[in-house]
Amino acid sequence: MEPAIEAIAIGGSAGALDALSHILPALPPTFPVPIVLVLHIPPSRPSYLPEVLGSMCALRVKEAEDKEPLVAGTVYTAPPDYHLLVEKQRVLSLSVDDPVLFSRPAIEVLFESAADAFGPHLMGVLLAGGSADGARGLARIKRAGGLALVQAPSSAAVRTMPQAAIDLGIVDHALAPDALGTFLAKLGEQPISLSESSHGTVQNSDRR
Amino acid sequence: MTNEIAGANDTDFELRLLLDAIFHKYCYDFRSYAGASLKRRITAALSRFGCETVSQLQDRVLREPALFTELLGYLTVQVSDMFRDPSYFKALREQVVPYLSTYPSIKFWVAGCATGEEAYSLAILLAEEGLLERSLIYATDINPDCLRSAEDGVYDLDRFARFSASYLEAGGRASLSDYYSAGYSSAVLDRSLKKAILFSDHSLATDSVFAEVQLISCRNVLIYFERELQDRAVGVLCDSLVRRGFLGLGMKETLRFSSHAPKLTELVAEQRIYQKL
Repeated sequence: MEPAIEAIAIGGSAGALDALSHILPALPPTFPVPIVLVLHIPPSRPSYLPEVLGSMCALRVKEAEDKEPLVAGTVYTAPPDYHLLVEKQRVLSLSVDDPVLFSRPAIEVLFESAADAFGPHLMGVLLAGGSADGARGLARIKRAGGLALVQAPSSAAVRTMPQAAIDLGIVDHALAPDALGTFLAKLGEQPISLSESSHGTVQNSDRR
Repeated sequence: MTNEIAGANDTDFELRLLLDAIFHKYCYDFRSYAGASLKRRITAALSRFGCETVSQLQDRVLREPALFTELLGYLTVQVSDMFRDPSYFKALREQVVPYLSTYPSIKFWVAGCATGEEAYSLAILLAEEGLLERSLIYATDINPDCLRSAEDGVYDLDRFARFSASYLEAGGRASLSDYYSAGYSSAVLDRSLKKAILFSDHSLATDSVFAEVQLISCRNVLIYFERELQDRAVGVLCDSLVRRGFLGLGMKETLRFSSHAPKLTELVAEQRIYQKL
């Protein structure tokens, strides 16, 4: 039997908020796993991301606190100017280590640590964005046996980020936001597994 | 039979051995540091030292003390800015200084001072509030290289545009340039500030109460610790405060989960400034 998904890590930048507005509303309040989210946000302002996302979906959305245990049905957002990491004990950590690819929070830092903590039980989702941040992290998730999803570049306002992951040849599914929502929602119904669909990785066919 | 710790792999076992080796040989205790960012930083060190595995690094760390000194730079976080989070310094100035000015002499402790930017920011604030003459700031860190460079008080000049903006936002009364002299590409902080600061070695992981002080600033240090070590550290901080003394934490740090929480009350919740009961 394929390993069940126990957490979802999502990363994105420019255009990702729009994608999330299609994905998160598809998920029920009883969603069985936690979602940890890093969006590139400006460092110096308070983030209204939890309020914005919370108003568009039935899940509980909150800014991540240091050493907070992960709870199912909750979306955790990275605070501005901090990296967000997942510990092996399945609690969240914050750090002010150097920015990665000019970003703090950086998607790579989240994906890498979450892959380490959850191994094959993690689903990584890389959304629209104009940087290469996250592609290597998604590869880490894939290498640890997890599931690697991206927003289909053709559906992304800015396609650099998901395309960078596809170019690494590590993506299981490239889907438009609505389809991503449906795909994630299935987690609420039954254990999701790699064998559900064709095993091959998405190639560059989605390129323009 | 193998150990089935959830998701543990060989690298994790090697990391644990490395931290044990460092503790036994050098008495630096990173064993209860939060693992995720520590692992990331050690991985960066591997490529710096040309090691394929953490075991190789351990071998060299044990035999080459000089390499350990350099590795410390990876294990400890050296990120620091002057007047980082200006609203914190503004709150200190407006809501804590009035209390502090009632003491004939005032002691401060910047715990985890890295390269000193925060200690100097505090000294500038105290100078402008007329308190520096009767103030002593202890600034501590575990990294001797950091302490040396903190003591020098020399920083890249190109960082000062950002520092100046933060200084003004923090309620600065003059110009930050009044407090340093600029060379070609570096800024040397004023002697009068350095005179008020005592840099010294202290570990929140292994050492105990440091001194009795009126205010402790310990920001973005606790986030690098596991919950139990956080609790130990907060205990040390608490015990180092006079009654009614103040504790400032990082903007995303909280005492909510700490067993010492009942000993303190929130003074400025938004800026994470607590007062000992």
